[in-house]
Amino acid sequence: MAVIETDRAPIIARATDDSPSSATLRQSWEGRPGVGGWLATVDHKEIGKRYVVTAFIFLIIGGLEALALRVQLARPNQTLLTPEQYSQLFTMHGVTMIFLYALPVLSGFSNYLWPLLLGSRDMAFPRLNALSYWVFLFAGIFLYSSFVVGKGPDDGWFNYVPYASLAYNPGPNIDVYALGMVLLGISTTVGSMNFIVTLAHTRAPGMSINRVPILVWGTLTASVGNLFAVPAVSLAFFMLWMDRQVGTHFFDSTAGGQPLLWQHLFWMFGHPWVYAIVLPAMGIVSDALPTFCRRPLVGYTAVALATVTTMVLGFGVWVHHMFASGLPILSLSFFGAASMVIVIPSAVAVFAWIATIWTGRPVFTAAFLYFAGFVLLFVIGGVSGFMTAAVPLDWQLTRTYFVVAHLHYVIIGINVFPVVGGVYYWFPKVTGRLMNEALGKWSFWVMFSGFNVAFFPMHILGLLGMPRRIYTYASGLGWGTTNLIVTIGAFVFATGILLFFINIFLSLKRGKPASANPWDAASLEWSTSSPPPAYNFAVIPIVASRYPLWEDRMDEGAGRSSVGAGMLLDRGRETIGTTLLDAEPDVILKMPGDSYAPLLMALTMTAAFVALLLHSRWGFGIAAVVTVLTSIGWLWPERSLMQIETGHD
Amino acid sequence: MIERALTKGTTNEQAADGIAIPGRKLPIGSKGHLASGWLGMLTLIATEATLFAYLLFSYFYLASHALGAWPPSGAPHLRIAVPGTLILIAGSVVMWWGELGIKRGKPGQLMIGLAAALVLGIAFLAMQGIEWSGEPFKLHTNVYSSLYFTITGFHMLHVIIGLLMLAVLLLWTAFGYFSADRHSAASIGVMYWHFVTIVWLAVFFTFYITPRLG
Repeated sequence: MAVIETDRAPIIARATDDSPSSATLRQSWEGRPGVGGWLATVDHKEIGKRYVVTAFIFLIIGGLEALALRVQLARPNQTLLTPEQYSQLFTMHGVTMIFLYALPVLSGFSNYLWPLLLGSRDMAFPRLNALSYWVFLFAGIFLYSSFVVGKGPDDGWFNYVPYASLAYNPGPNIDVYALGMVLLGISTTVGSMNFIVTLAHTRAPGMSINRVPILVWGTLTASVGNLFAVPAVSLAFFMLWMDRQVGTHFFDSTAGGQPLLWQHLFWMFGHPWVYAIVLPAMGIVSDALPTFCRRPLVGYTAVALATVTTMVLGFGVWVHHMFASGLPILSLSFFGAASMVIVIPSAVAVFAWIATIWTGRPVFTAAFLYFAGFVLLFVIGGVSGFMTAAVPLDWQLTRTYFVVAHLHYVIIGINVFPVVGGVYYWFPKVTGRLMNEALGKWSFWVMFSGFNVAFFPMHILGLLGMPRRIYTYASGLGWGTTNLIVTIGAFVFATGILLFFINIFLSLKRGKPASANPWDAASLEWSTSSPPPAYNFAVIPIVASRYPLWEDRMDEGAGRSSVGAGMLLDRGRETIGTTLLDAEPDVILKMPGDSYAPLLMALTMTAAFVALLLHSRWGFGIAAVVTVLTSIGWLWPERSLMQIETGHD
Repeated sequence: MIERALTKGTTNEQAADGIAIPGRKLPIGSKGHLASGWLGMLTLIATEATLFAYLLFSYFYLASHALGAWPPSGAPHLRIAVPGTLILIAGSVVMWWGELGIKRGKPGQLMIGLAAALVLGIAFLAMQGIEWSGEPFKLHTNVYSSLYFTITGFHMLHVIIGLLMLAVLLLWTAFGYFSADRHSAASIGVMYWHFVTIVWLAVFFTFYITPRLG
């Protein structure tokens, strides 16, 4: 089909999924059936679902590892695991949860939801989106490749040198971790670029920057943060690999290198990353909680600004992970103070959620329970974080179970609880079926009580001086009973997670069919059918407020959004490009279709990293050349995307 | 052309009720800075610039902790680095001129710019190769040599990627793909090439100038 028009005034029309125009859209947007179509798809909904499912599989793997650790620690002097097995298990537990679950699951939510929230038909770069998923999957497999043969990463997820240097850890364990993290960094980076451009360029007309849902603010902030943080860790791991395999001396103190450089680079990345894995989850709560409180979020602007402020401050607090490393006291004071300042934007968000519940009319659904539980856990995790921001207290508590308790309250509390609540909330949109509410409430109470039984006593263990990362402990230290309680709590918590997964499987088959808007929610994704058609919206909506579907009930301004009538854009794969701040239409974007290029490129990039691991120069050279050729083919200008001079031939 | 577009589009008739056409026509597809790829390249440059910032942070961090002289073998000489820097800047200037050409509908000017920048870039690489082989140290000699070869190596890798882009763009321009109206790919590639030049200035300043500042 030769596309020959170079500009056009979009047709504004009223249309539904049954309109003839929607039949055209379906033809343009639906992928091919079969395995080929499955491998080639660039549909953001498909990629989002894959991200979430893959991340949940890693959550289960990481959870089983944690249970093994807890069985080992349940009593003193246990010998279930050898010290080496224990080291690999706690390292892979951390790597899995932090890198292969926590961010990818949120990327999954945002990939699925963003175009629906923004009133668009896909992400700005659909093929890059597919690449981001495939590289994530292959990097995850890569990181596990040596673990399955008993040589997994074993120096903890922050992998300090000189423990991780060749002299003290000669096996492939650390090389796999180092190269795997560089590969995973590529996935995170291209995914973040995609979110940023999607926000800047593909919102529905009228969705000015002060009308986007908070989840979008959260993921945008996380993405910008990743863009500036991920290079630090990729570089650190690459330098470590070079130190180990090429003979450089970056971290080698015998030749002028500095082990502390590792800690600086790692935490310059690590702390912004903490916010990257919680801000989008906080966004889930800020968007979904108001639905169950039957009122808009209290303090939208304050919460949006708090989100951004948290990340900005998050770049200036990395040294609070290094208080015990002998840095000058003055700098510790500065970083301690900066860490405490983060309490302010965090408290702004907490009070906004509490006020939303307080002044609303809460409906106690399973999802609501998860969100409300999250607020409580966030406060507990925040307080213990505030405590360790005080330098003297941190000197006492660092490397004890107090820090383990803190980070689990923060990461499970702020990531897992909102994510599970978010699944209850958006499951009907994704699958067209509601999840079982009764089982949902059971799963919440089991998870919530199990979580607190498992992790609250860890604070006490830390205060009693139990160090983290020890594979066993002597009896008579007074830690035995508390550890047994922690282990019991961990299994109760795992049972709660199991109930949640059982609910998913039961509801997929037997859940009550869901309408387009089963919760009577306010944002755009609920205006299209459940599950949404391949093209998302029969017409591009026009947005006039933050709560397009609640406008009839809210006397805010005169403007009314239009969700039934809008730009048709049904000539092939099209969506509207809008301006950064005001979201005024300024270009009709031609979107690329399904392609094998992302999968091929992910495979060749992975092959290049495998070749590096095996010291195969030829293998690396071939993989690099194929990657370059694939990218040239991928980027080849296409007339159908109007990238080429159109008068030509 | 326009007639065909109108007769092909059956949507006008099909989209039954409520048709309203906004007054303004919008460009379709990748046009200039409206292309998503333009914004995408900006984000790529942001993250790549950050990568170099962390590389140079590592340099200054290790330099500030060095015992004894820094650099251990004295400040690197300027005989090759200064002409190399000027060559890279010249490449950016001709590239800017070439892009100006395609904006005015002259693909020939773009091709000259691309070809000239390509030659200048290869010359820079060759000079870097000479510089590398003349160094009195090897990668594994000490931490300074590790930094030197790693950071200039990272930059050379970016030059190579940039040259690949320029070569492919030259081919595409020769195929007649670009015009005054449609040349996003060229603008995006040229922006990357400018980035490669600017980053070199930071690397050059760090390695060649700061040791001479006292």
